[in-house]
Amino acid sequence: MTLTTKQEKFFILLMCLLLSACSGQRQDTLIVAGSTSVQPYAEVLAEEYGHLRPDKIVDIQGGGSSAGIAAAEAGTAAIGMSSRNLKGGELVLWSVEIAIDGLAIIVHPSNTLTNLSAEDVREIYTGSLTDWGKLGGTPGKIHVISREEGSGTRSAFEELVMGKDRITPKAIIQDSNGSVRQLVSSDSQAIGFISLGLVDHTVAALSLDGIAAREDKVLDGSYKLFRPFLFVTLAAPEGSAREFIDFVLSPQGQEILLQEGLVPRREEKP
Amino acid sequence: MKKTLAEVVTEKTFLVLALSAISALVLITVFIFVQGGPFITTQGLGGFVFGMSWAPSQGEYGIFPMIVGTVCVALGAALIGVPIGICCSIFLAEFAPPLLKNIFRPAIQLLAGIPSVVYGFWGLLFVVPFIRHYLGGPGLSILAGSIILAIMILPTVVSISEVSLIALPRTYKEGALALGLTHWQTIYSVLLPAAKSGIVAAIVLGIGRAIGETMAVIMVLGNSVALPESILDPVRTLTTNIGIEMGYAAGEHREALFATGIILFLIIMTINALAQYITRRR
Amino acid sequence: MSPHVRRQERLAKGVIWMAAVSVMATLVFIILYILSRGLPVISWSFLTEIPRSMGRLGGISSTIVGSLAVTVVAIVIAVPFGIGTAIYLAEYTRESFITKIIRFSAESLAGIPSIVFGLFGFIFFVIFLNLGWSILSGGLTLAFMILPTVIRTSEEAIRGVPYILREVSYSLGANKWQTVSRVVLPSAMRGIVNGVLLSIGRCVAETAAVMLTAGSTLRMPDSLFAPARTMAVHFYILAREGISLENAYGTAALLILVIFAINVGANILLDRFMTKGR
Repeated sequence: MTLTTKQEKFFILLMCLLLSACSGQRQDTLIVAGSTSVQPYAEVLAEEYGHLRPDKIVDIQGGGSSAGIAAAEAGTAAIGMSSRNLKGGELVLWSVEIAIDGLAIIVHPSNTLTNLSAEDVREIYTGSLTDWGKLGGTPGKIHVISREEGSGTRSAFEELVMGKDRITPKAIIQDSNGSVRQLVSSDSQAIGFISLGLVDHTVAALSLDGIAAREDKVLDGSYKLFRPFLFVTLAAPEGSAREFIDFVLSPQGQEILLQEGLVPRREEKP
Repeated sequence: MKKTLAEVVTEKTFLVLALSAISALVLITVFIFVQGGPFITTQGLGGFVFGMSWAPSQGEYGIFPMIVGTVCVALGAALIGVPIGICCSIFLAEFAPPLLKNIFRPAIQLLAGIPSVVYGFWGLLFVVPFIRHYLGGPGLSILAGSIILAIMILPTVVSISEVSLIALPRTYKEGALALGLTHWQTIYSVLLPAAKSGIVAAIVLGIGRAIGETMAVIMVLGNSVALPESILDPVRTLTTNIGIEMGYAAGEHREALFATGIILFLIIMTINALAQYITRRR
Repeated sequence: MSPHVRRQERLAKGVIWMAAVSVMATLVFIILYILSRGLPVISWSFLTEIPRSMGRLGGISSTIVGSLAVTVVAIVIAVPFGIGTAIYLAEYTRESFITKIIRFSAESLAGIPSIVFGLFGFIFFVIFLNLGWSILSGGLTLAFMILPTVIRTSEEAIRGVPYILREVSYSLGANKWQTVSRVVLPSAMRGIVNGVLLSIGRCVAETAAVMLTAGSTLRMPDSLFAPARTMAVHFYILAREGISLENAYGTAALLILVIFAINVGANILLDRFMTKGR
């Protein structure tokens, strides 16, 4: 037998594989994709769920809120994760709030400021306020750090803080909560915004209009920067998607999210 | 000798296999253009390429700042990397004792093998804080990207320049030395000019690599979408625009990123063709 | 020799040595830094345990499997095509229009940025062929990427086989295919394997293209259609998001060891190949 016929056989085999792939792949796997802010929490949930139901496989993928919603709409993912409210044409989709996440404005721990007004934050992010000295801090250029277009965290920030104004194009762009946090923790002149659940000792979360960025302040509604974490499906979920969502909404699932630093969801809207 | 049927079959099989490279290139070209082409047509090439504002949520797609960013970073990398690279190739071809040569050459190859994310991370740990501390600005900057890319293009520049230096006939060197030129004078006024086309090709390919690199520069460039005012400003390149937003994009935004890919593809193909032309002319 | 010339000579020599030494120093610094931080992390459990809570805990076993799997797929696809192309170019044809296009295509492919391969793989394998984010999508994308390397190195190796060997084979009554498969390919094998090794290195090190095509799940992949995270992608995510610098260093150290081993192997092969060829 020559090399070539071996190859031919191999390619016939390969083609069969390709064809079978197009028809019935990944049937028993539940794909959950979307917001990288929700992703870490979803991974923990999936891990716990795996202990509970070893027969079910839940696959968590990143991609960002917009991509996750689009994936749910297209059926690429059974469940899309979003860290912002649905808007426009997305509103026809089925969605459920799994938790609330505060949005923290973070600076380097050595920064002398502990509080900013929402107005100050907006001016910093439009690029009109560029020096820490003007805010009463140690004089120095403000290094503005933002998230990329398509990020749910960014659009929540735009909605809650920026209003009609735009984030300056000069802002440094990072593509995850973690990298914003890492950058802020290493640059004494930086400012950024990340998921409240991910604030740790390497950065300092500023109070907003005198209200501390804490879970309890989010829960009682006094800290204004928060957004919902949503699970989105094309239609009302059934089967394994339903089971996983039920697990997430159960007291056990909510307890996990609380422990990971999120605020439990509000009562489900009718 | 008359060809048997089996012979003909094997030959044709190899021809089919050989068409794989062509088909791969065609497939890539077609799919990238089909995905991004319509966007460019509706948006207008001029508005896309020379547009100053990139704000997909507002429906604004201008990539001029990124083209400027790409050019700045690639030129910066070439300015730092090319002289060092050529020196290394001269070192290898002319100065290195055999033992060192046997260490240095594989070392340069190893440099090419190290994952780009490792370079990016290393840059984030050492280069970025250094710039932030001693030169000012946020550290994430054109300069940081240029330094990291300069290291990354070294293998390309060194190996191709070295090959073209080694390929020169021995008589060039012997003649020059016989005329009383010193070793350096020989290198400078005889060998380098004679190997010029190879070295130019090395530089062009090095710049091509610098333009094409993504992961390392995402980590150290800062990715802002404004036109840079100094080499200490953060910028975004064409590759990082795709890398940072692709995972998050849907609909028109995604098409715009594929369109960015088209521009990148065209730039790289031009550079490749240029390098191939220079090498062929020899 | 005038003092001026002598000074110039010394200066030039000094600059060149300095360039070489600084490049060496940078390389050694990068490698030693990563290894010194990462090697202490590597342990049996680090290699064999599945990552937990996003990679903060546990090991990196699923990413090792991920890297291995996409690499195997890429090699299995690209090597037959690549070597076939090389055989065709070197043995079965004269320089012609078609060889010119093949060469142009291969050289152009070699220059295409990996992010463009990623874009292509995403739209073609993941979406168009509906393979989803999977090992297969990632591996096929990488196959496209390494094809030119395999072609170039194999062609060089095949052309390096002395012509006399072929003549002897023909004079013994062998036909073309017999000559190619029994004489030329075995003699060129070391050079070809060297090229394959370098391609493996590229697959293992690649991040941008695989991230867009193979996904980033941390679950242990159970089929070719399952998504997977490779070591390079894992390192990128760990380091960039600051999830666990310790595990990031461990992953990077392992990556560097693998690349180092591949390079050493390739060089040993190449040395033997050169000495044998002469």
